[in-house]
Amino acid sequence: MAAVSSQPIDGNAPLSFMRLLTLLPWMVVAALPLALPGYEPLATQVFVMILFALSLDLLVGYAGIVTLGHAGLFGVGGYTAGILSVHGVTDPIFTAVCAMLLAAITGLTFGVAMLRTKGLTLLMLTMASAFLLYEIANKATSVTGGEDGLQGVSFTPLLGLFAFDFRGKTAFFYSLTALFLTFIFVRALIKSPFGWSLRGIRENDTRMVAIGCPIMRRRLIVYVISSALAGLAGALQTQSTQFVALYSLSFELSGNILIMLILGGSGRLYGSFVGVPVFMFAQDQLAKQDPANWFLGQGLILIAMVMLAPGGILGVAQRIIGAVKVRGRA
Amino acid sequence: MILYLISVGLSVTMGLMGFVNLAHGVFAMLGGYVTVTLMNRFGVPFLVAVVTGCFLVAAIGFVLERMLYRHLYGRSELDQVLFSFGLILVSVAIVRIVWGPLAQPIRLPEYLKGQVEIFAVTMPAYRLALVGFGTAVIAGLWLIFDRTLFGARIRAAVDNRAMAQSIGINTNRLFAAAFGLGTGLAALGGGLGADILAIAPAYPLQYIVYFLIVVAVGGLGSIKGPFIAALAIGLSDTACRYFLPEVGSIFIFAFVFFVLIWRPNGIVERH
Amino acid sequence: MMETATLETRDLSCFFGSNLVISDVNFMLRPGDRRALIGPNGAGKTTFVNLLTGRLQASSGKVLLDSEDITQLGEARRIRLGIGRTFQITSLFPGMTVRENVFLAVAECEGIARKLFRSVFYHRPQVARADELVDRVGLSDVAHVPAQLLPYGRQRLLEIAVALALRPKILLLDEPAAGIPTAESHVILDIIETMPKEIAVLLIDHDMDLVFRFAQQITVLVQGSILVEGAPQDIATDPRVREVYLGDRKHGRPAAA
Repeated sequence: MAAVSSQPIDGNAPLSFMRLLTLLPWMVVAALPLALPGYEPLATQVFVMILFALSLDLLVGYAGIVTLGHAGLFGVGGYTAGILSVHGVTDPIFTAVCAMLLAAITGLTFGVAMLRTKGLTLLMLTMASAFLLYEIANKATSVTGGEDGLQGVSFTPLLGLFAFDFRGKTAFFYSLTALFLTFIFVRALIKSPFGWSLRGIRENDTRMVAIGCPIMRRRLIVYVISSALAGLAGALQTQSTQFVALYSLSFELSGNILIMLILGGSGRLYGSFVGVPVFMFAQDQLAKQDPANWFLGQGLILIAMVMLAPGGILGVAQRIIGAVKVRGRA
Repeated sequence: MILYLISVGLSVTMGLMGFVNLAHGVFAMLGGYVTVTLMNRFGVPFLVAVVTGCFLVAAIGFVLERMLYRHLYGRSELDQVLFSFGLILVSVAIVRIVWGPLAQPIRLPEYLKGQVEIFAVTMPAYRLALVGFGTAVIAGLWLIFDRTLFGARIRAAVDNRAMAQSIGINTNRLFAAAFGLGTGLAALGGGLGADILAIAPAYPLQYIVYFLIVVAVGGLGSIKGPFIAALAIGLSDTACRYFLPEVGSIFIFAFVFFVLIWRPNGIVERH
Repeated sequence: MMETATLETRDLSCFFGSNLVISDVNFMLRPGDRRALIGPNGAGKTTFVNLLTGRLQASSGKVLLDSEDITQLGEARRIRLGIGRTFQITSLFPGMTVRENVFLAVAECEGIARKLFRSVFYHRPQVARADELVDRVGLSDVAHVPAQLLPYGRQRLLEIAVALALRPKILLLDEPAAGIPTAESHVILDIIETMPKEIAVLLIDHDMDLVFRFAQQITVLVQGSILVEGAPQDIATDPRVREVYLGDRKHGRPAAA
């Protein structure tokens, strides 16, 4: 009997209509400076955070590695770019690549130690690794600027043509392009056999061992990839704001980015794209009056989400669409 | 030693319920706030204030367990982390609104100030008292867990919840009670330690990593483990401040990594 | 093109704390064997399988694959060398579909699981093999259903499909028919029939009907050691086996006729 496969084999028609359709939102966003000039710096921030959240999603949403220390890698990237620029290495793309490399190495070093553990121990180690990096940056004031942040960061024009000015157009397109490329990469990864095996590890790691999967190696690989991407986000942040400070390594940032991801929905490719803007908007509105209100709001939303809507915004959307479909058929 | 007092409660609740509770520091903080408020506003003596805080927070913990935590036992680790993190944020906000953003001042009672001489070594009386308390607590806990029916029930439920239920142990009430015990201990640590770990809204966020370290290094579910771990951390921290003041907490974190590479399940493995 | 292998243990022993749960077991499984492992509850059958696959480390003794000592190797390594198993307590990937479950195993077996840059569906031969396996165990109609939503009996079939996907040279089936009514257990037998004759299959089960229909050889494990091995008819009439299963005559209980 022939095998029945009702799912179409996809992924091999490069310019199909569906693919062009998914490019549409990107083109709309790219046209933003025409419609809403002046919002470029804010948009750039959003792009950087989305990239950061995507890197976290690989770990949390796909591989099942919960980390409260991802800002450590972000900060390593950010400080690498900053410190290099202060010492005369100012080409944006080159420093970004260096940042990714250094973040990847950091991820590899910590990962080798941490990923043998799981549960609470792993969580604690991820926090400890970020705290460790934070303290090092805090103490090494001569190199990092300590609490005041790194001063004198600047970069030469991108590709020799586009200067980073305070209007932020260069930074806008630069980070949008980086985000787009990252998105393509992450999407390909998720759909690959490697990506599927990550989900397997998350769902049942003992069974993965019993089908011959070297789970430690896989987790390490995805951790290094995720670290490199987080480092890229950090470098972009430094390059677009011409500044980097201890916040980039902080527990607060690690927590915030996790919340941003969960808000949108982890394990769903577009979760980061939804969660980040919503979070940043809410933060902007609530934190202005009183930081306490913002914490309260954040906390209540988190608790409500865990108890009522575990899939985040996209999860809720999915359920609504599913319910509508059922109604339609009935 | 304060680390031990606070963390042993976490070790018990985590070992018992398997619930990743990041919000444990919240209960220690609440204990501290109650202690300080009773002392500063109402002139209640130190020890009485601490003990009151302990029982009050234990009651709060008991209620929270029955109302909220209970529903989340089967959930994924991520959900538990998010929930307890949310709880931290909410409590930090409430505390900040009620008591303001600054650290609370605490006046230690006279008999705890000053130095004490033991075996020709001078130590601050306060620290000595803390060590004494820590030892008393571990002895008390050991008594409870090893000698009483309550302790035996907890140990049974930790080993195998389903079995325990089928022989008639009401695990729901047991868990609530144990949670109350754990949070009460945390409050005790928070109140007693108010001079060293300052009581401020950022308390749970600042110190959570240390509580987790003590529990993870010591071994989940054990009572002795965190004691050894807290002791080790305390000693190495002091030694570090003496010999390498530049290094500070970096050493502790690096130390933790090495210990956990050597023993991934903690120093004292329970299961 | 199917490769074969011989799995052997020599003086294999294992302690749980101070309990000797497996005691000096000498066991051999040759290419083409159809052997059943039976024994009363608690005899250590699943423990033995865990020792064979590397899920448990032996306290002493050796496990050999084609005369190579694999005792020190970890589980994943041994699986890749050709030992496949199913689990007594169903262990699948609950949120993933039937097809995805099987594909994961196919991917690991054929070495494409590391590939990052191409979509799963680009690897047509492996997708096809996964689909064929799903079909072979009769789960094509639920290929896109998440594993956790399958009825228990069909989950057991999925377990087998996943193990088969590994192209094992040695297949260890731990109570594959557990929870499946005897009338339907022939499905399991049919699937085993489709397997290449050269591989060795070890079946653990309590369903004696299934055991006797399947096995060419039977090993009886009691309290961690092998009591007796032999052909099914010899085992069925062996008085020691009856004693173990049907009651101790010394206590005045007659053995069943």
